[in-house]
This record gives sequence, structure tokens and C-alpha cells, in this order.
Amino acid sequence: MASRKFDVRRYPGFAQLTVLCLLILYVPLLVVAVYSFNASASIIVFEGFSWRWYVDVFVGSDSAKFKEAAWNSFFIAIIAATVATTIATLAATGMVRGGFFRGRTLSFGLISLPLMVPEIVTAVATLIFFNSIAFERGIMTILLAHIAFCIPFAYLPIAARMQGIEDTYEQAAQDLYATKRQAFTKILLPLMMPGIISGYLLAFIISLDDFIITNFVKGAGVETLPTAIFGAVKQGIRPNIMAISTMLLGFSIVMVTISYFVSKRGDHK
Amino acid sequence: MAEPEVYAIDVQNAVKRYGEFVALKKISLSIRDNEFFTLLGPSGCGKTTLLRMIAGFEEVTEGEIYLYGEEIENQPPFKRPVNTVFQNYALFPHMTVRENVAFGVEMLGKSVPESMQRADEMLELVQLTQFSSRKPSQLSGGQQQRVALARALAPQPKVLLLDEPLSALDLKLRKAMQLELKHLQRETGITFIFVTHDQEEALTMSDRIAVMSDGEVQQLGNAVDIYERPKNRFVADFIGETNLIDVEVTSRDQDRVLCQFKNGLTLTCDAVDGIGIGSRGHISIRPERMKMRSEKVDDENWQGKVVENVYVGTDVQSIVALQNDMHLTLRTQNSDTGKAMIFEPGTDVFVDVEVGSARLLAD
Amino acid sequence: MAGGAASGGSGAASETYKEARTLLLMPAWLTLTILVLSPVMLMLVYSFLTKEFRGGVIWDFTFAAYDQFFCDRGLFGDEGCTLEWTYITIFWRSIWQAGLATLLSLAIGFPTAYFIATRPANVRPLWVFLITIPYWVNLLIRTISMRFMMREEGPINNLLVGTGIIGEPLQMINTNFAVQVGLFYSYLPFMVLPIYAAVERYNFTLSEAAADLYASKWITLRRVLLPTVKPGVIAGCILVFVPSLGAFLAPDLLGGAKNFMIGSLIEEQFKGNAGNWPFGAAASMILLTMVLIMLMIYARQQSRANRGEA
Repeated sequence: MASRKFDVRRYPGFAQLTVLCLLILYVPLLVVAVYSFNASASIIVFEGFSWRWYVDVFVGSDSAKFKEAAWNSFFIAIIAATVATTIATLAATGMVRGGFFRGRTLSFGLISLPLMVPEIVTAVATLIFFNSIAFERGIMTILLAHIAFCIPFAYLPIAARMQGIEDTYEQAAQDLYATKRQAFTKILLPLMMPGIISGYLLAFIISLDDFIITNFVKGAGVETLPTAIFGAVKQGIRPNIMAISTMLLGFSIVMVTISYFVSKRGDHK
Repeated sequence: MAEPEVYAIDVQNAVKRYGEFVALKKISLSIRDNEFFTLLGPSGCGKTTLLRMIAGFEEVTEGEIYLYGEEIENQPPFKRPVNTVFQNYALFPHMTVRENVAFGVEMLGKSVPESMQRADEMLELVQLTQFSSRKPSQLSGGQQQRVALARALAPQPKVLLLDEPLSALDLKLRKAMQLELKHLQRETGITFIFVTHDQEEALTMSDRIAVMSDGEVQQLGNAVDIYERPKNRFVADFIGETNLIDVEVTSRDQDRVLCQFKNGLTLTCDAVDGIGIGSRGHISIRPERMKMRSEKVDDENWQGKVVENVYVGTDVQSIVALQNDMHLTLRTQNSDTGKAMIFEPGTDVFVDVEVGSARLLAD
Repeated sequence: MAGGAASGGSGAASETYKEARTLLLMPAWLTLTILVLSPVMLMLVYSFLTKEFRGGVIWDFTFAAYDQFFCDRGLFGDEGCTLEWTYITIFWRSIWQAGLATLLSLAIGFPTAYFIATRPANVRPLWVFLITIPYWVNLLIRTISMRFMMREEGPINNLLVGTGIIGEPLQMINTNFAVQVGLFYSYLPFMVLPIYAAVERYNFTLSEAAADLYASKWITLRRVLLPTVKPGVIAGCILVFVPSLGAFLAPDLLGGAKNFMIGSLIEEQFKGNAGNWPFGAAASMILLTMVLIMLMIYARQQSRANRGEA
């Protein structure tokens, strides 16, 4: 069966599978989003468009719980992302601009350790750690755990970007009498900004979205948004859950899109 | 030849369009059996496009291609009994040299032991037997090239296509491979279609050459034809060096015409169909076909002054200024007899053009 | 995460801040050692301790946790050690589930990655972006949405019954199938991205050469393309298999009680009063060991491949 045009790249069916793949990825999210606007309390039949569940999230019976959970989540995310990004930036500078040293691979292994260990193992280990030093579980434990595992997520885009920047600029600066610290703050840091912002946003989202580790180390009295949602789901999916989910979903997408465009803009510099 | 010849490759009115852009403008070529045929031209002229059309990687927009009488332009490449030596060799990195060479044979249905045996034969032909268990990345450029050659020849194709296979090699290796390819073609009797932009390479190796430019065949012929009797300005300029002089045809006497230069000088040369009295054109004279003399030996000799001599090892290249600032480049062989005809810059000389060596060209 | 590319920074290693290096790296080292490395070590220790009744441990060293995992000592716990299948079955089932999820991801992810990698260069980043966005949506929410879709009165069943394709709603939730789909949905981008990177680097002239040598398209895929992009495929498989193995959300929300996996088993040990911390720690250690072995095999294969091709 000789088709008229022979293209070594084309395989029949691959395009269709790609579309299927994208459908599978997006349809469930879209359906949840659609049902979050359901006028009725049903999660079965769609009866018209309404904002009522979104309103319910903010003023309804569960709203206090969710508000506090959201506040906790954002508070922790902002601080964890800031600390993690700072640590990651310093670490990246040390790894990428520090020359070769014997512990280098080990160092990289340590930094990416949270990525390689299954999340539940990290959760258990962190819980055990806090228990062993009798550190009371609460917001602080969540924060500390988040800082730790956000570091590699911030590190990777920052290091990648730093590797793409030639160190000739810093050398030129030093040639013009700048100290190393000035070369770092006035030259390298500004050039790296897109990578740092990217890393920050990534760390932020990872912290915001985390469930397993948070669930383990949070202790009884504290909820973050994911743990609150999980608890509510266990009692049955209600439309206000879908409203919250959709909001969180939308927020994540906005963050990722910003991160994407920031790093693209950086590439054109 | 009494019987009608079946051509190895017969291209008829082939056109290739990419949207608005026309890469090949109605090409018709006939390539013979057991021939070393070269497609020669600068980059962008369409020679690689034509080769890929024969191989099956480019769709033929219009026209037909016949392989020993069979129409093939609609067949996918894996159905055509032609094989290609790619410019970057395209050796499969995860297979050994032997597996690479055996691949095509195996795809044709032969058993694995049989194809390996054939691979071994081919590797012996290109003298790479001791490398058969290595991976391509462990071989030098020249060796990889020979593997690519062996791989393409192993399935015994009816025609072998070579896409600038020597361009990545250094000069000495290149020259050695040119002879080896020529020898291989003679020995196997398979038609080779060779693509290159190096005109010296084309002249060395080919039975016939198609000079291409801008998607068209400018001239088709053997090396002597192309070099000695270029048909147009492009061919004359592209192949070797030449002097191109703007002329007008002023009179004709049987099969000889008189051409007048802008600065008043004249030259008689062979008439060319289509260029009549009053037409403008160019004369092409190769540098080695002119001589400098201290005295006039012919009516048509031109007077001039030597401007510069450039020593290039085998020859001396001389630049001579004629009247009205017209400059000619001459080449004289650096032998005892030749040296007698080389003059110091500043000397007055007469330029003597060999009879029949000036070619009148259409533009 | 294609972290391999950023590791070690092979390329000119700049030495601009060499003197400050230790100072720069100290915060990261300290944080990670204290909060990740030592907790894992501690977990190992805890697996050899005695459980306390309301959670937590008594610092009495014992093999009890591992004994409980591997040995069946009869109803009263005083018989000799015969192999305890309960927990091993759970681990085995998890491996199996994770394996199937990986295969599913491969079946759909490979063509997707290939397709995207062969799009025109200016459009490719957009496709990649489209594939990765769902990953950035909270895993919990994604799993919830899967649950929502697959319920008995969920949209899928509504559609199927409504259009008459089937008579009664399918039981999709609380099945193995649901868990596998959930895992596939969770980690699919991890399969796509490494394969995409590998196919993008692939030199298609090799496919042309194969076609020139009489190989059909599918043979070219199997004998030329796949072996060349194999590292990317393996990376993708590992990136899906490992998280799937220890997953908690998909089995918990989609699988129900019958589909207990390692994640659920471990989680159970640390919740409420019926928990057994040392046992949970032991199970985590076993899981961690399995993962580390796999990663080491992968790393060794990578370096062998790099050396072989050099």
C-alpha cells in the first residue's frame, strides 16, 4: 500500500493517541469545573449555571474551616518557597560556579534526595524525626518539611539557567574592580532572575499542593487546603468541594503559565 | 547502438515544488547502465533533491522516474531496489559494523546467518574486516564512510546513490576515496549516481556529468565536453577557471565568426547556433590556453603588459592588462619550456590564444 | 524530572566562587541532612524499636516489626516462623499495579511523546506545555476528579447508559482498573517528557537509511528508533513506576478496601490508635530499599551505556 507521500516521521495512529492522551488528561478537570457551576446540589445532573457553590465556599457552613486551611496553605507556601529558593540559589551558585570538587556528585545526590525517595517514605521519616526530638506537630513541622522537599524543585530550574549563563560577564565585572560579592549581586543575580522566579513559583506550587507529607506531620489541629479537601471528600463529594478544587486548579494553572512566560522572556534576553 | 537502450534511471519531466518555490524545473535525464554519473552544482541547485526523489524520500510533484524500465516515483523507498550512501553516513549507532552492513540484506528476507555472511564479504571488499565487531562511533570518519558504502552495496541494488559522501573527509583521504569509488564502480558494474559540489571531483570520477543550477540541468556530457566546450556562462564559470569577455558578433564567414570586444579588440572563433550577427554574448577562454610572447606571432595577438605573477606550485598564474583596463588571467606550466614564456611584471607582451580554444557562449 | 542533565554540570566548570563554595552549599547541606537524610536513618532505627500503644515507640530494640512482616507465627504468635503472605501479597500487588500503570503510560505516552517531538519546532514547546499543565494541578484534585468521573452515577456511566451503549452502569470505582487509571493519570507526564527529549535528539536520517535498506516503518520503529531512544523510555518507566509503587492517593480514593497497596498499608500504621509505628517504619524501609535497588540498577545501566557508546 504505497501512500503518495512517504514521510519517515509519520506513524499512523500516533496523532490520534496524542489527542486521546490530552483528552484523558483534561476532561476530568473540565468536568469537575463544569459541575462546580451546577445550579443544583446534585452531583449527578447538571441543572444550570450558578455561582452558588463558590459563594458557599466563602460563606457556607464549611467556609471557616476552608478559610483557615487556605490561609495556612498560602502562609506556609510563601515562606517555604522563599526559604527554599534562597537556599537553592546559594546551592546552585556553589555547584555551578564552584569548580569541581570531590563530593560533587554526592552533593547533587543529597540535593535531589527528596525527588528520589517515594513521598510516603519521606513523610514517615519526617514524622519519626519530629517525634524523636519531641517537636510538637503543627504549622512549624509542616513548614520545615516543606522547605526541605521544595529545595530540589527550586534548585533544578535555577541551576539549569545558571549553567546557560557564561561566567564571562562576572569575570568582566571583576576585571573592572568589582568584588566577588558585587559580581554576584549585580551581575549574576539579575541575569538569573527568570530562573529564580521560575524556581520560586515551582516551589510555591509544590508546597501548596502537597498532601501526603503534610498529612503526616500536621498533627491533629491543623489543616491545609489539600488535607481539608481530602477530609471533606472522605465524607462524599459535594459541589462546594468541586468549587474549591476548581479554584485551586485555576490558581495552579495561572502560576504555571506565569512561570512559563517568565522563563521564555528570560531566554530572549 | 542498434537496439533501444534501457536506461538505468530515466527521469522524465520531473518537477519539484515546495508550495510556491520550484526546486526542480522540468528535469529530463537518462542515466546508463554501468555508468558513473555525477550531478554537479552549487548548493541549492536541486541536485540533492533530485537524488532524494530517485531514492524515494521526496515526492515527485510532476513527472516520472523509471528504473530499468519500471516506473518507481510512487513507490516508497523500502520498495525500490536502490540504495543510498548518506552524507553523514547514518550508521545505526547501537549496532555493530557487521550488523549495520547486514541490515539491508536481512530486511530483504535473507536469514540472519546468510546476511552476516554477505556482510563479511562486503567488509572484505572495503577492507574493514577487522572492525566488524566494533560500534560505528569507534571508527574514524574514513572508515565509517567505507562501512556506509559496504552497507549500501550489500543488498546488491540496481543503482547506488551517493549524496556528497566525501565532503567530510580531509583532502588526501578524499583523493584516495575518489579512486577507490571509481574502482568499485568498475568492479561491481552497478550504476553510481554521485552528487557533489566539487567540480574537480566530478571531472576526476565521472563517465558523464550533469551540471545543475537553479533547478535545471545546464549541461550534460562527459568531462572533456563540459570543460572544453561549455554551453553557457554558468558552466564555463563553475567548472575550472576561465576568462569571460563581453563580446558582440560582427561578422560571419562559414563556420567562423568574428567577435568584437568592448575595447575594440577582436577574436575569431567557432560559430554557435543561435548566436547570430549583432548578438551579444560572452567568450570563454581557459587560462592555460593562452600564451605570452615577446613578439607578435599572429594577427589576432593582443598587446598587453604583465601586471602580476602568482606562483601556485605547478603553474604560474599571470595577470595581463590589455588596453582599456581589461585584464586576462593566464596559466603557464612551471616547467623548463613553460618558464621561457613567463615574463616579469611590467614587461610588454603579446597574448596568443590557441586556435579553437575560445568558446562563444549564450548567456 | 530530567535531573540527570543538570547533575555535575559537565561542560566548563566555572570556578568563579570557588572560595565561597562551602559557605554557599552549607545551608542546603544542613537543611537536607537534618530534615531528610537523618530522618531516613532514624526511620531505620525506629523499625527496630517496640511499638507503643497509642502511636509512637518505646526505645526497646527488637526485630518484632520485621518479624510481623515476614513471619506467620500462628494465631497466638508462638509457633515457628512460616512465611507470612499477607504483607508480601500487598507489596506484590503494588508492584503489579505499578507495573501495569507503567505499561499503560508507555502505551499511550510513547506515541504521544513521539508525535509531539515530530511537530514543527516552533509549535513543540506549546505541546509540551499542554502536556505538563495537568501535572501542576494538585494531585489530590486530579485524583478526586478521576473519582468523580468513574462513580456509578458519574458522567462516564451517564453517557454510556444514556446513549444506550450499555444497559447498566459499569462498576469502575473501587476496582484494580480504577487504581491503574488513577496512577496512569497521576504520572503520565513523567513518561512523556523523557521520551520526548530522546526522540527530539534522534537523527531521522537513521530512519531514512533504514527505509532505504528495505525496512518497513514498523520495523524501523522496532529495530532502529526504539533502541536509540531506549534511555529515554527507561527513564520514563522509572519515573512512573517508582512513585506509583508508593502511591497513596490513587489506591485510597479509587481502589477502596479491596485494593490495599503499600501506601495505604504504611499510612494506616501512623493514624490513630491501632497504628504500629515500628511496623510502618519497617514497611517503609522495605519499600525504600526496593526503590534504591532499582535506581542503582538504572544508574549502572546508564553509565555502562555511556561508556559503551563512547
